[in-house]
Amino acid sequence: MASFLLRRLILAACVALTVLTLAFTLTRLSGDLAISIAGPSATDADIAIIRTAYGLDRPLPEQFLAWVKRAAVGDFGESFFFKARVSSLIAERMPITLTLGLTGLGIALIVSIPLGILAAVREGSWVDRLVQLFAMIGQAMPSFWLGLIMMIFFGLQLGWLPVSGTGSWEHYVMPGTVLAFSAIPALTRLTRSGMIQALASDYIRTARAKGLSRFSILFKHALRNAALPVVSIASVQLGFMLGGSIVIETVFALHGVGFLAWESITKNDFPVVQAVVLVLAVIYVVLTLLADLFNAVLDPRLRG
Amino acid sequence: MRRSGIWIGGAILTVVALAGLLAPWIAPHDPYAQDLTRRLAVPFWMEGALPEHLLGTDQLGRDYLSRLIFGARVSLIIGAMVVVVSGAIGITLGVLGGFFGGRVDDVVLFLITCRLSIPVVLVALAVVGLLGSSTSLVVAVLGLLLWDRFAVVARATTMQVRNLDYVAAAWAAGSSTPRILVSEVLPNIMTHLAVVGTLEMALAILLEAALSFLGLGVPPPLPSWGLMIAEGRDFMFFSAWVIWIPGIALFTLVLAINLLGDGLRDLFGAAPS
Repeated sequence: MASFLLRRLILAACVALTVLTLAFTLTRLSGDLAISIAGPSATDADIAIIRTAYGLDRPLPEQFLAWVKRAAVGDFGESFFFKARVSSLIAERMPITLTLGLTGLGIALIVSIPLGILAAVREGSWVDRLVQLFAMIGQAMPSFWLGLIMMIFFGLQLGWLPVSGTGSWEHYVMPGTVLAFSAIPALTRLTRSGMIQALASDYIRTARAKGLSRFSILFKHALRNAALPVVSIASVQLGFMLGGSIVIETVFALHGVGFLAWESITKNDFPVVQAVVLVLAVIYVVLTLLADLFNAVLDPRLRG
Repeated sequence: MRRSGIWIGGAILTVVALAGLLAPWIAPHDPYAQDLTRRLAVPFWMEGALPEHLLGTDQLGRDYLSRLIFGARVSLIIGAMVVVVSGAIGITLGVLGGFFGGRVDDVVLFLITCRLSIPVVLVALAVVGLLGSSTSLVVAVLGLLLWDRFAVVARATTMQVRNLDYVAAAWAAGSSTPRILVSEVLPNIMTHLAVVGTLEMALAILLEAALSFLGLGVPPPLPSWGLMIAEGRDFMFFSAWVIWIPGIALFTLVLAINLLGDGLRDLFGAAPS
């Protein structure tokens, strides 16, 4: 177990380092950053001042090392546009993105687990087909468009929910539902296939032979085994959702990390952009690491 | 139901592809021609529709049906090109990792792990934001980001095929390694890769629309469906049809491609994961 843990940790560190390099390279793509920071009305003298002030005149490897050194202790420098520390900007907005991500995941699990069980129990029937069709529709739904349609319907026509902002829990209902749609297809299919496999196994036949109740067989014996992969994929899905929430935060004007990233991209605020890419990637790496460990604890065969 | 999935999906995809291909001949108007005296004309099912604009006009008086038809081109070309780029990267990596195993496979697995930890939408937006919107940039960025599933499936299927008799026979007959990879392994994993190709194409089309919707995809005045939804957003509370029409087109095309892919998967049997 110790060597498994160590190997996983080294892998996670290597991935983080690769993404760090990528995040840095990303912001250097546009050529001369000093020109884009200075804006269209700047003179050559202004640009030269900015170049020295931000250390952009030094060689790239030196800039990279300086950035990595500071990023390692959570210091991402200062935002050009917001005139604030990047780390405090992200910390300030992270709760909104996390609330949105967890709401989305919660809704996705509440919808997909019962649907997956239902489809597995009635495998091959019209109920099963309907559930699979639903998963496929969810997969084809453009999230930003679904958000706008829900705004028109629930926000304007019915007046049930607020269309933008973050004042109360109601503000998270629509964005959370839209975000959930990105995870529902995968989670539903996984629950379904896991349950079908579990229901066909020997221990379920034994449980049936013992005369256990249908409820006990389904929820105590089959679901417990089928739930394992669902739990680990759910944590990976949460990572994807935090990365994908940028679109939904922009549609619903939720001022979370995704919205911050979008604003910074449109304003060429590169310290914020590279920090958000890095933070989201690290969160994903940590989530997958936890999922792997969780699985290894529950299933010794995976520790090899 | 499965077979009907292939037929329904294939039929819709054919219609959209034909519309895109024949766009200059079947579109009733020039998709770029503005007519400021006829802005936001309503579609045919509403009161006061103009007979020459079946689906109405947009905020600049451009014919909505013509923009929708030309928009099919944007979606399909970007979807297909992304699959070519990401397929080339992912299949190469996956086949090499699966065939050689050992250190090569470790590197491939590491690259897949790195790729999965990169937030796709965010990085694509950032690159387009920094370099400026263009169709080829969207294709390049999405192609470089969406190869992971190709690599995973190519790797798993190559591992299975590697140990089969006909590969051993090719070795015995003195075939070189590149030859075995190209003419023995690749044709035998192609069906699984075709399924991945449909899924990735659907995903690429959705992502292009999302990027364009956020203003960092293909540049206006190109009639991308995502861009049409973005432009209609300011008017959606008064004229909801401006976002309904391109949205339904986008949803239908993506659903059709997914139906086709799902049907193909059932036909060929599921790939090992």
